Amino acid sequence: MSPKAVKALEPAATDPSFIRNFCIIAHIDHGKSTLADRMLSVTGAVADRDMRAQYLDRMDIERERGITIKSQAVRMPWDVDGQTYALNMIDTPGHVDFTYEVSRSLAACEGAILLVDAAQGIEAQTLANLYLAMENDLEIIPVLNKIDLPAADPDKYAKEIANLIGGSPEDVLKVSGKTGMGVEALLDRVVERIPNPVGDPHAPARAMIFDSVYDTYRGVITYVRMIDGQLSPRERIQMMSTRAVHELLEIGVSSPEPVPTKGLGVGEVGYLITGVKDVRQSKVGDTVTTAAKPSTEALPGYTDPKPMVFSGLYPIDGSDYPVLRDALDKLKLSDASLNYEPETSVALGFGFRCGFLGLLHLEIVTERLEREFNLDLIATAPSVTYEVTTDDKKTVTVTNPSEFPSGKISSVEEPMVKVGILAPKDYVGAIMELCQGRRGALLGMEYFGEDRVELRYTMPLGEIVFDFFDHLKSRTQGYASLDYEPSGSQTADLVKVDILLQGEQVDAFSAIVHRDKAYAYGLLMTERLKKLIPRQQFEVPIQAAIGARIIARESVRAMRKDVLAKCYGGDISRKRKLLEKQKEGKKRMKMVGRVEVPQEAFIAALSGDTEVAKDKK
Amino acid sequence: MAGPLPLGDPAPPDGVLPGSVLNDVDSRTLAFYLHVPFCRVRCGYCDFNTYTATELRGAKQSDYADEAAAEVAFAARALAETGLPHRQVDTIFFGGGTPTLLPAADLIRMLDAVRTHHGIVPGAEITTEANPDSVDAAYLRQLADAGFTRVSFGMQSAVPHVLATLERTHDPERVPLVVQWAKDAGLQVSVDLIYGTPGETLSDWSTSVDAALATQPDHISAYSLIVEQGTKLARQIRSGIVALPDEDLQAEMYELIDARLATAGFSWYEVSNWSTSINSRSRHNLAYWRSQDWWGIGPGAHSHVGGVRWWNVKHPAAYAARMAEGVSPAVGRETLGREARELERILLNTRIRDGIAIPSLSSEGRVAVAGLIADDLVNAKAALAGTIELTLRGRLLADVVVRRLTA
Repeated sequence: MSPKAVKALEPAATDPSFIRNFCIIAHIDHGKSTLADRMLSVTGAVADRDMRAQYLDRMDIERERGITIKSQAVRMPWDVDGQTYALNMIDTPGHVDFTYEVSRSLAACEGAILLVDAAQGIEAQTLANLYLAMENDLEIIPVLNKIDLPAADPDKYAKEIANLIGGSPEDVLKVSGKTGMGVEALLDRVVERIPNPVGDPHAPARAMIFDSVYDTYRGVITYVRMIDGQLSPRERIQMMSTRAVHELLEIGVSSPEPVPTKGLGVGEVGYLITGVKDVRQSKVGDTVTTAAKPSTEALPGYTDPKPMVFSGLYPIDGSDYPVLRDALDKLKLSDASLNYEPETSVALGFGFRCGFLGLLHLEIVTERLEREFNLDLIATAPSVTYEVTTDDKKTVTVTNPSEFPSGKISSVEEPMVKVGILAPKDYVGAIMELCQGRRGALLGMEYFGEDRVELRYTMPLGEIVFDFFDHLKSRTQGYASLDYEPSGSQTADLVKVDILLQGEQVDAFSAIVHRDKAYAYGLLMTERLKKLIPRQQFEVPIQAAIGARIIARESVRAMRKDVLAKCYGGDISRKRKLLEKQKEGKKRMKMVGRVEVPQEAFIAALSGDTEVAKDKK
Repeated sequence: MAGPLPLGDPAPPDGVLPGSVLNDVDSRTLAFYLHVPFCRVRCGYCDFNTYTATELRGAKQSDYADEAAAEVAFAARALAETGLPHRQVDTIFFGGGTPTLLPAADLIRMLDAVRTHHGIVPGAEITTEANPDSVDAAYLRQLADAGFTRVSFGMQSAVPHVLATLERTHDPERVPLVVQWAKDAGLQVSVDLIYGTPGETLSDWSTSVDAALATQPDHISAYSLIVEQGTKLARQIRSGIVALPDEDLQAEMYELIDARLATAGFSWYEVSNWSTSINSRSRHNLAYWRSQDWWGIGPGAHSHVGGVRWWNVKHPAAYAARMAEGVSPAVGRETLGREARELERILLNTRIRDGIAIPSLSSEGRVAVAGLIADDLVNAKAALAGTIELTLRGRLLADVVVRRLTA
């Protein structure tokens, strides 16, 4: 048992041999934030009276959904055998969409706590991040959490973990973030096992950016891990990817509230503030050096985040378009991976085509827009990037079905991903069926412990961006977990299916799909729209087409009767008010040719919710 | 009247109307609607403001005629205090509920109140609704002797399973009898039909139309069944016990009755109303549609005077209390603006044959006429002569026409 440190080590003057940098790898809900909270209080970094649940998760969404979107670092003092250490805990994002950010967080550490729920065992995302940590040569400290739960089966899962990373099941620590049991032993283990950082204190300064967040009051706060040299207050610093020079207004450590320091030395983790207003000027993975004595060699591993998934975001109320534009401009300040450009749709009006790192990223951005900016949004079906080569040898990059060339196509390249799915073995059949239906090719299958299997597939990304995860969850009663990583591209027989109303194309419903599935998609959308489009005075054909070829057809029969039979006394007021409402509602009607379509019908068709009343009155 | 009461402005206790109702008063006639909010049983489709004996919460059916008469007197005072000139009443209509559930003497007492406090124009139209099973020859004779000129029978259907679904209790065999008694008493006769009842086939409907014609009435109304929220029928449809009437079938039923009545010498004068001649049209209903002044007496009744609408408390017990206190039974009212009045004019008059003069429309409305002719919704010949007259298709799509004329 170690006591709390009496006096913390002074930043900028800490011997690297007394520093430990580590992160926690865990699946959503496996208790990472609770464990982090417990560490903050055990080490005294946060006084008990200031403690609140999920201290490090600042955004409402993070706290509510129990997931970490942005990483953060916190410095905690800890004594072992009379020696005080500085422990830097780097909280990594827990989701596959943020793999790049995870990889940079891992690169800032020498070790990782592998945190696994003692009642659930390891999950696919944890596995993916674990492999990433092992590739980075991180020291892994396996820990089973929630051992206080009645359903906990620590022996079983300790064996599973030992199988996975080597070593014996006895090496797996057992803790409870909730009760605090085993947390002090874990901190001792961190000091004992994780190597101290090593760097050249006299070399030109090199610090790696592993996170960059936007703060309304202070501008961009950049989190760095010092590799070599030293950074000091008021110094001029340079970003090595852009050569941009900024003045260092403040430098410090989070413990966990920001505390300015005299600088940061080798192996230390802290934050920089330069007055920059846009996270794009302070990119994750970039190397910070000093302008006076710049380093010549940037740290490896920096890449620009590339959007993988695209979707159109439209305000449900068209007059909210300027609000959406401002909101995206603001979000961009804190989210370097968000891309967008204006787009117009016949069905949905004015909106933005947005690029995201993945599906969760899309979901989080949409939710933040709705919550923080009070917007009601509709998102079009997610799409991926296709490289389309036409017969005249021109290649077009298509992120939106509307950009799909209309002439003869010689080939289409689609992005591929390697997918890992972890599930109890009883669901193998169901998962295989689903993956094969999505053009997956089985790469391998591996058993963990007694009853769990990892299935690995290569699949087109386009097949998983649309409702794959929902299907996976429902076919496995929620037990399966999923991870994917980009894995090149392949040529495939893909076509664009258009949906036409009375011969007029409805852009929001066009989709790029495999030829074998074109008919199914056409049928699905025409049937959905048939249910959703109110009858008009004339028959409305709804067609699905590949180019000029019609592949599916439905029609909304002409309305034969639209008259209120009785109109006496109080009916008159009611009827007039109805008519006034209809006239108001007409402003929300979209015209596709002569066909009046309520916007709700488009929204319902996109979301698959055909139960929405076909209420034309 | 149907549905929940609208939201509106509060109505003053003395019933005095704003001065704006004086404008153009000379061009408007005055009508009275007398509501009788009682039924022996409640029909499954009906959401009218009516109550069975067990639902009355202390209100007494036997006191009702006097309470209604009190409101008739109240109306005379309120209209006079508003500064409106005295006008004799042009048409009177007793509706319900089931007016004929009251003794004939009660209806006559209510009619006499109108005569006493307002006066009745010679040749006025005085109608009561009647259930075929709640009147006999003597009852009808009494009404005719007291000045009633017209009776409107709720026949609904001649087919037993349709009547059963509607929960109408009368024996269809009785309809020809009561119609004959009414004619013998010198009353004009209308029969009301309902089509599109769950389970009703086109051939059922044909049977009903023929049965209605066989009674040789002066006037026929046919309303498609509307499933009102909160009715038993709405619940039955929601729980799948009966199927929602199909709108296409309803359209065919409308076409059937229109053709059948035309052959029998009737012609339509409003989308749901046909008569044997101009003289047998319902003048009272035309007064509604032509935005004349009409005062509705009784619980939940609506009124309209010169662009001001108001409506009374719904429950007979609350109504009785108001009348006992001598204050207005109105619970809300609204004063229509110029635009709302114009919208009402178009929405009501489009439904009437030759109801709208094209030059009276806005320029957008006039522009829409060509499209309406092209879509076979409006009769081209009548349009050339300057009026909107719906085609058969147009009558079935009258709401579309109204929307396009007012877009």
